[in-house]
Amino acid sequence: MAFNKIMLIPFLTVIAISAVFGAYLWQVGPGGKDISTLPSAMIDKPVPEFFLPPIEGRKTGLNSNDLKSGVSLVNVWASWCPPCRVEHPFLMKLARDGVVIHGINYRDKPADAERFLRNLGDPYHQIGADITGRVSIDWGIYGYPETFVVDQSGRIRYRHVGPITQDVVDKLIRPLLTRITNK
Amino acid sequence: MKKLIILLMLLVTPVFAIQPDEILKNSELEKRAREISKDLRCLVCQNQSIDDSDAPLARDLRVLVRERVEMGESDGQVIKYIVDRYGDFVLLRPPLKSSTIILWAAPIIFLIFGIFGLFRWFRRQSDERPDNRMPLTAEETEQLAAALKPKDL
Repeated sequence: MAFNKIMLIPFLTVIAISAVFGAYLWQVGPGGKDISTLPSAMIDKPVPEFFLPPIEGRKTGLNSNDLKSGVSLVNVWASWCPPCRVEHPFLMKLARDGVVIHGINYRDKPADAERFLRNLGDPYHQIGADITGRVSIDWGIYGYPETFVVDQSGRIRYRHVGPITQDVVDKLIRPLLTRITNK
Repeated sequence: MKKLIILLMLLVTPVFAIQPDEILKNSELEKRAREISKDLRCLVCQNQSIDDSDAPLARDLRVLVRERVEMGESDGQVIKYIVDRYGDFVLLRPPLKSSTIILWAAPIIFLIFGIFGLFRWFRRQSDERPDNRMPLTAEETEQLAAALKPKDL
């Protein structure tokens, strides 16, 4: 059979498809982009209007106006969420360094939330109790914990899904806080 | 034993994630809410609709969908409410926009390529056939003529 250019097509197709998938795997491979987290629809939008009561027995809750007076982190957590325990030391460290962190306590029992804070420390400036989970839906939350960076005008600038790590703190949160605080 | 297995298999019923207390009294609205829920992704499990998922967030979203349907919102308004918060990813059917055009156009492009390929293949086949055909030998011609000649009855 004579050599025909058309015979190259299957080979080229396989090579092209492999290249596309290969490039994708390279991106998401070890140390690469994390594709399990979704881009937030809320980035650069003002925080949703909300009003949350305090955890039962406490004095101050959290509402949207509290987020318009300065740069802050908003952390969605629950005592029953294991990754929230993992990230907790990083929040404590940030709070000690003077970062304002507000908490949204998601679907938690007041006593459990209190015990969590008593045992591990309380990094939060103000905490709102989202017992029904409705306010969390307004924030577009689907995984716990989630952490938002909110600027002084009350706009959401960054969101992190899952526990924050040293890397996230050093490479994303701190530089972003510095940038928007100095603006 | 066999009978028991068959009996057990007959007893299998589909399990619904939706809880009885979530269902609306108005069956018309409930039907709409279910249709909306089927197209919304459960973001915790990511490949189930909220209608199929047992995740607490899916339940919250199902209840939310029903509340908004009861408030008299159209299907589009309910879906927009959720997309505003969770982004297009929450839709199990991606919308047609400039960023998703490749996704929607790909099947058509592949189909065109396929038709083009088939067309070329058939044309080449018919081009080649005359070259492949060997002329009949004198003996074969005779045999063919004999075979084709109408037989005397």
